[in-house]
Amino acid sequence: MSDDKKYGAYICTGCGLGERLDSTAQTNVASRDGKMGVVREHGFLCNAEGVQLIRDDLASGEVSHVVIAACSRRAKTEAFAFDDVAMARANLREGVIWSQPDGDEARETTQEMAEDYVRMACAEIKFMATPQGDPVSDTSRRILVVGGGVSGMTSALETARAGYDVTIVEKSATLGGHAATLQTRIPQQAPYREPEPSGVDELIAAIEAEARIEVRLNAALTSTDGAPGRFEVEIGTESGSTASERFGAIVMATGYTDYDMANLPELGAGKSPDVVDQAGFEALVKAADGGPIQCPTNGREAKHVVFVQCAGQRSDQEGHLPYCSGHCCLTSIRQAMHAQEAGASATVLFSDLRTPGAAGEDFYRAGQECGVTFCKGTVSEVLPGDDDLEVRYNDLILDEQTSLRADLVVLATGMVPNSGVDIDTIAAEENEEADGVAAGAEGTAQENTVTIPVESILNLKYRQGPDVPQLKHGFADSHFICFPYESRRTGIYPTGPVRRPMDMQQAQEDATGAALKAIQAVEGAALGRAAHPRSGDLSFPSFRKEGCTQCKRCTVECPFGAIDEDEQSYPLFNSSRCRRCGTCMGACPVRVISFENYSVETVGQQLKIVEIPDEFEEKPRVLILACENDAYPALDMAGMTGQHYSPYVRIIPVRCLGSVNLIWVTDALNNGYDGVLLMGCKKGDNYQCHFVKGSELAHERISKVDETLKTLSLEPERVLTHEVAITDIQRIPEIINDYMKTIEKIGLSPFKF
Amino acid sequence: MSDMNAATVTRYRDDFLKEVEANVEEGDWVKMCMQCGVCSGSCPLGPHWEHPPQELFMMIRANKREEVLSSASMWYCTSCYNCLVRCPREVPITHIMHGLAHYAERLGLAPKELPTRKFSKIFWKNLSSSGHANETSLALKLYFMNGFGEGIKKAIEMLPVGLGMLRAKRMNPFGLFAHKGCTDKKGLNAILDKAREIELAKAAKYQA
Ligand code: SF4
Ligand code: SF4
Ligand code: SF4
Ligand code: SF4
Repeated sequence: MSDDKKYGAYICTGCGLGERLDSTAQTNVASRDGKMGVVREHGFLCNAEGVQLIRDDLASGEVSHVVIAACSRRAKTEAFAFDDVAMARANLREGVIWSQPDGDEARETTQEMAEDYVRMACAEIKFMATPQGDPVSDTSRRILVVGGGVSGMTSALETARAGYDVTIVEKSATLGGHAATLQTRIPQQAPYREPEPSGVDELIAAIEAEARIEVRLNAALTSTDGAPGRFEVEIGTESGSTASERFGAIVMATGYTDYDMANLPELGAGKSPDVVDQAGFEALVKAADGGPIQCPTNGREAKHVVFVQCAGQRSDQEGHLPYCSGHCCLTSIRQAMHAQEAGASATVLFSDLRTPGAAGEDFYRAGQECGVTFCKGTVSEVLPGDDDLEVRYNDLILDEQTSLRADLVVLATGMVPNSGVDIDTIAAEENEEADGVAAGAEGTAQENTVTIPVESILNLKYRQGPDVPQLKHGFADSHFICFPYESRRTGIYPTGPVRRPMDMQQAQEDATGAALKAIQAVEGAALGRAAHPRSGDLSFPSFRKEGCTQCKRCTVECPFGAIDEDEQSYPLFNSSRCRRCGTCMGACPVRVISFENYSVETVGQQLKIVEIPDEFEEKPRVLILACENDAYPALDMAGMTGQHYSPYVRIIPVRCLGSVNLIWVTDALNNGYDGVLLMGCKKGDNYQCHFVKGSELAHERISKVDETLKTLSLEPERVLTHEVAITDIQRIPEIINDYMKTIEKIGLSPFKF
Repeated sequence: MSDMNAATVTRYRDDFLKEVEANVEEGDWVKMCMQCGVCSGSCPLGPHWEHPPQELFMMIRANKREEVLSSASMWYCTSCYNCLVRCPREVPITHIMHGLAHYAERLGLAPKELPTRKFSKIFWKNLSSSGHANETSLALKLYFMNGFGEGIKKAIEMLPVGLGMLRAKRMNPFGLFAHKGCTDKKGLNAILDKAREIELAKAAKYQA
């Protein structure tokens, strides 16, 4: 602590704080315990006069570090915004007077709570500095789009029109991707009655006319290194030449591969050329050129065309896709309309006809009106006969096994994302090998995945692996609920069907979003600001090299692959890849990682300063470490809506549960707290954790605390983790109050001194 | 099998749906059903039908011609219109039910012993012969619909109701003999003949 830090605490008595709390006592706490040089009370701190009071002290140099004891840190952020000034806030309004009952009985415990929060803020501020940011010098603002299909072209156009230079790298010889093979597309405009031109030619023409867009065909990324604002990319061409280029951000629009229908022999695939997939049918329509559609076997006219929906999809069977590809029902309707138009009769066999999007229902009706027959049934077999095919199915309405004859069968197979290498599987395999477990042993709980030979797409030189992490079924991981375009590699934005199954219209919307994200990433990197979800945050983690044991936990646990290794095997932080979650800080066993304004100390000192009543006072203390994204706002809202919870808890917001360092938990227990509650977001495949893995990692770490507790002869209930959502405004107070009952049952901690 | 029926079978061997579209009132709506089952779930008589509307529509598409046309199901419809107002696809289900029944009757495939069929025939004859329904005669005919003995039993059973109606002047026993009917019976008959002629001509178009 250098001496030029001057502390000032400002205690607000507005919003009922003055009536409910003894502000003089707080002033004493701030100056005596908190050692604040300046302590001032004000009746309305967030109004112009109150804010001016603080500003004057800052201007005169009397104060450089500010403690505000008023409302939640989430409230009045605009009033209390002082540039380049470290600030800690004691949450006395939402966190104390609104969450505690009024009246004489509660007055004492409420006051104790308030005084503790003032103490905590004073302790925190001593270890805070204002973040200075780590701007990328010489930022590139050029955006790289990988993939020249509809998603990629849309992203490129949107980015270029916003004034940024774009390079499209496409591995094939032409732009257009899958869409270029389509005769028409599902209508995107009212009245949604007829298939419309795919629009791909116009897109390609627009790309060619756009001066800001450069297209590299027959090219792929052979190496990608760096970070947002400074990606160093090697683009290799078929001829073997490579070019090194610098980009600011990357849009990964690598699309999908058609599911290989060879996996579906029971549906006739491979047994008769007259069984095709949707792409195959598209080619037949094209070959027919407006005339009758011909069967591939012998060129006879296809008079009866049967479409089999969900072929190898939405199925638990080995080798099938467990998910719905989202577009195929509408695509079959469109293709059936083509069949009808060519003079054939078309039948669509479905188990659920799913027609999402604006066009959906109207287009379905149009299909029915033009005479396509829709039957609710599941197909069990397609058998090639002498001169046609027999489609056996279970009619789900008439509840009978029956069959249909067809000249041509079209299988609506799904899409398999081109997301590159599954780095988690690789890591798991490496671990298995390292553990001496025979790799690929039978009986490992493998999900039924479709294995297609994969090559890396990005060839990232990150320590964590060459591609973006996947979530489920091979789709690139992105925060589905809150930040759909964000992958787990900052500055790299998967978009279109590589992210989740979607149709062309959805892909175009998605691609527009990804373009905006890419722009945000380059601009943020130039300023040293976090892109998301702490957008604008200038703080970034750094580590004390002397203390580091090179354990590599930070590099492994960072959910965003922000940390590489330097030549000496020390962690190498890439601040513009970092999301500022603090997961590395929580992971570090020797606690050498910190942010300027958030560290093991800023939280550790707070929890240590809380007054722990001795065991005869019968006032337990429970520490709550609450995720500031969901749990903490929910607690604030509990206060706002007048829900009361125990006065014996002390709540400290954390950036992410992942940033919780176990030392906080052990310190709390050693200091005589009777329990520690951790509240974070939902983890797992359907996670809501803003930092994807933070909550999961915290749960894992805490599960290991059980052992420690045992050796201390403490009950496992003393440390619990809860998954909560921002909407759990009623539930969280219940969790707290139930926990207090548990503490009552197991008794106070034996570690009180 | 009537001649007309034999003809249509050949014509529509492969496509009963088209046959229904051409011959059944509102039949071209059958293809628009999306098999949601709301109609079957809404029908007060649903549990008693062998094939509720949703199923009938699917059977039509599945070419189950004989089963549909000889079914008693659509004859159960009481025209409550519950299904029709609820169908998300706005399929005029009630009309189609009667259309199917009528088409089956025209082809001679309707089950003979169905009370609703008998009632329909008696009612139509009663109405069309004079232009006004003759309620007394209609009631009597219905009593004796299932034979003389049944009719007497029914009449005795209904005696208190009948006497009550007489007292309240809700029934005129002489109407049985002196039913006036409409003024221009001849004109009415001409209209009905013409309608029949048009319908038959339409059906004839589909005969092979
Ligand atoms: S764990 Fe979080 S804070 Fe640490 S480097 Fe990774 S993204 Fe940044
Ligand atoms: S977790 Fe801590 S000790 Fe381990 S490598 Fe990272 S900084 Fe060093
Ligand atoms: S309610 Fe309408 S759409 Fe639904 S099953 Fe019945 S007829 Fe078909
Ligand atoms: S109108 Fe007929 S079919 Fe429809 S609900 Fe009523 S009785 Fe059933």
